[in-house]
Amino acid sequence: MVDLVKLIINGKEVEAPVGSTILQAAEMAGVEIPRLCYDKDLSPLGACRLCVVEVKGNRLLPAACVTPVYQGMEVDTDSPAVVEARKTILELLIANHPLDCLTCEKAGACKLQDYCYRYGVKESPFAGEKHDYAIDDSNPFIVRDLNKCILCGACVRACEELTGADNLSYLNRGFHRKATTAGDVDYIDSDCVFCGQCVAVCPTGALTEKSMVGQGRRWDIERVRTTCPFCGTGCNFDLAVKDGKVIGVLSNPDAPVNQRSLCVKGRFGWDFIYNENRLTTPLIKKNGQFEPASWDEAFSLIAERFKEIKEKYGPDSFAALSSARCTNEENFLVSKFSRAVMGTNNVDHCART
Amino acid sequence: MTNPISDIDNEVELMFLIGTNPTEAHPIIGYKMRQAARRGAKLVVCDPRHIDLVDEADYWLRLKPGTDIPLLNGLMHIIIKEGLEDKKFIEERTENYEELKAIVETYTPDRVSELTGISVDDLYAVARLYATTDKAMIFYTLGITEHICGTRNVMSCANLAMLTGHLGRPGAGVCPQRGQNNVQGACDMGALPNVYAGYQAVGVDAVREKHEKAWGVSLPSKVGLKIPEMFAAAHEGKVKAMYILGENPVLTDPDANHIRGALEKLEFLVVHELFLSETAAYADVILPAASFAECDGTFTNTERRVQRVRKAIEPIPGQANWQTICQMFNVMGYPVSYNSPKEIWDEMASLTPSMAGINYERIEKENSLQWPCPSLDHPGTPVLHVGKFTRGLGLFQPSEHIPPGEMPDDEYPFLLSTGRILQHYNVTTPYSKGISSIWDKEMSELNPVDAEKLGVVTGDQVKVTSRRGEAITQIKVTDRVLPGVIWMSFHYTATPTNALTSHHLDPITGTGEYKVCAVKLEKV
Ligand code: SF4
Ligand code: SF4
Ligand code: SF4
Ligand code: SF4
Ligand code: FES
Repeated sequence: MVDLVKLIINGKEVEAPVGSTILQAAEMAGVEIPRLCYDKDLSPLGACRLCVVEVKGNRLLPAACVTPVYQGMEVDTDSPAVVEARKTILELLIANHPLDCLTCEKAGACKLQDYCYRYGVKESPFAGEKHDYAIDDSNPFIVRDLNKCILCGACVRACEELTGADNLSYLNRGFHRKATTAGDVDYIDSDCVFCGQCVAVCPTGALTEKSMVGQGRRWDIERVRTTCPFCGTGCNFDLAVKDGKVIGVLSNPDAPVNQRSLCVKGRFGWDFIYNENRLTTPLIKKNGQFEPASWDEAFSLIAERFKEIKEKYGPDSFAALSSARCTNEENFLVSKFSRAVMGTNNVDHCART
Repeated sequence: MTNPISDIDNEVELMFLIGTNPTEAHPIIGYKMRQAARRGAKLVVCDPRHIDLVDEADYWLRLKPGTDIPLLNGLMHIIIKEGLEDKKFIEERTENYEELKAIVETYTPDRVSELTGISVDDLYAVARLYATTDKAMIFYTLGITEHICGTRNVMSCANLAMLTGHLGRPGAGVCPQRGQNNVQGACDMGALPNVYAGYQAVGVDAVREKHEKAWGVSLPSKVGLKIPEMFAAAHEGKVKAMYILGENPVLTDPDANHIRGALEKLEFLVVHELFLSETAAYADVILPAASFAECDGTFTNTERRVQRVRKAIEPIPGQANWQTICQMFNVMGYPVSYNSPKEIWDEMASLTPSMAGINYERIEKENSLQWPCPSLDHPGTPVLHVGKFTRGLGLFQPSEHIPPGEMPDDEYPFLLSTGRILQHYNVTTPYSKGISSIWDKEMSELNPVDAEKLGVVTGDQVKVTSRRGEAITQIKVTDRVLPGVIWMSFHYTATPTNALTSHHLDPITGTGEYKVCAVKLEKV
């Protein structure tokens, strides 16, 4: 049994397990506290301070994502002081931010944008020097624009805590502080394994999927949840679809096996479906050359030859090789076709696992 | 797998890896193992090659290729000698223990150390660690199965787990990770010569009669041919026609030249494929296939979890694969009228007791379900063999050391071992522009000692020749592999690794001995 503590959040009495943070307790009570660096799948960092709340008897505004609850605690998540503090934090964050929402790939799915909208922050009284980092699009998968980085550290933690590649860390101090690769080299020259976990957790447009650049606004993208076609782990993800075309893969936190983690194949290998060498029509070999044919032609030739061979040599002269890459339903049909139609148990699949 | 993948996150205290390289072959499982090790779970890696997880391991047993059975027998020998076996588990849940005991008796630490190259100290340490850790899981994959003694290797893993009672509990089990996305499902669905869906044997009258009644035809009771037998039968002129769905055995199966020969001999070959593959080139008719993004259906992962595949875009060839296969039924005079893959699933589930409780509505609601799931109110089965094995008592099937079918000699002095790399997946990823733009050619691994003898550096090309064929590859010089070994993947058409691999098959499963064969190397 977990011990529970009682506390008051926004005037309502709630219960939470001992050791929960204010943010978790609020979430359980259905109260959403704004957050930028907090991520439920990563270790808490307490860096951005956007999650500040007011706690009775505490003159400072503690960060809800790292402050544990106690019996009798009284929390206000939305007091005027809290709102004021959040505004200031956002103003500081955008002081050196490109404010490029018009063309930014992340617009519509950017937490910084969402919170600025919510708190009516459009420009910064602190506006000062801006970064002029070169955009890293050295690799085919990820675009890195550190000018849009808010140093939430989610990418660093994801790389270490989800994948364990330990490819990212912080460099420099103050204005020049950077979340980047060892030696600040481009991803392609680093030890990156291109799992894309950093992209999946980045709350802003600093890390985005290259395949989606210019392909559509986030709010126009339809997401179709499916299962990875590459290995037996069975990761789930969403195919991002725009105008009937797949433009990328997005993590789906409900994925039972992998949550938001994927590997390079699952996240970035999907584009084989649009390879120009895809076969699009049936082909029939005539005098040693393949010639395009209609489905009807192909099926009647198949029927004729399969029937002939079955007649002449018996059912066991047929064999089917099914596929460990195809669906269960397709495999069931191939098994049934061999047995019920061709009359043989000669059916197997490439068990080269 | 007997256990869910999530046991790695939540339960496991010791991971014993043998012949598996998860961070490359099953990356998400590998990433979870790395995190578990960093959280304090113990990790033992048995692999001749310095795989990534070696860096997280408490013990790295760098055994000589093909000596898995002596290693496992040696560990069991120590466990029994030290009285660390789980007597209660053996008594209540297993049989044939005496035979196991007799066989492993001769695998003394000294002898095993000699055979495997692992120090006696490490053998003792790992045996004790495994036997005394409550929640220990064994993980293996192709490194264990793709040997002449593959089945024996698998049994030996099971022996070790049963000996110490590491089965049938959360965090304790034997977990082969299935390689291809739906290899589990293809087996489950009866794409096997001896069983219908759910492993119901074709030779059992009641099973056959049930299917005959449902399908309205009489069905054959004779077990069919396995893949290698199919190709052998094609050579002999007994198999005349084939249908091949979505596989490219010329590239992925061992001894490619033998397979080419077999395909050439067929009178009629239909290949249903996304691309004009090496195998499709032999077809008389090619049917264009739809990709996973274009079809509804389900895949079953390595932990028996059935999950949905959803159609995101219209099929590029104009129709989904299930529709194409249905049309083959129709033109052959056996009309079928499924309106969707859901109806195909339902028919299968109605004939398959272990899947009877799974349907699309439930998957939609519950995210996924793990079979066995015999009824609609059954929650699915994350952990197998709780309290009881499928066959009742667990059978110890001990085995003696079986040396690889082909070992290096004067003429072919190198040992070729094969495997997967992270970035590629058999035959589809090379068609990904992004992936192939970075990882575009085979980089075979060779130890610096050998590289120096041959006068090659990273990036140079060598010709690899075996008794069966040859291939040109680029070399990556690295001490990840032992001297005397070349390690190659099989993803690239330009370097057809399986032209080299052995024709020795595991007599029980027919799996090729991809892992070990003898080759010679020449700088080109
Ligand atoms: S990162 Fe967010 S706030 Fe910054 S430009 Fe892009 S959408 Fe706007
Ligand atoms: S790149 Fe993104 S995830 Fe990383 S620190 Fe910057 S904003 Fe956060
Ligand atoms: S892609 Fe993966 S490995 Fe590369 S930096 Fe991001 S999280 Fe780390
Ligand atoms: S994302 Fe990677 S680990 Fe997950 S199923 Fe796909 S290939 Fe396997
Ligand atoms: S979310 Fe709490 S400090 Fe960032």
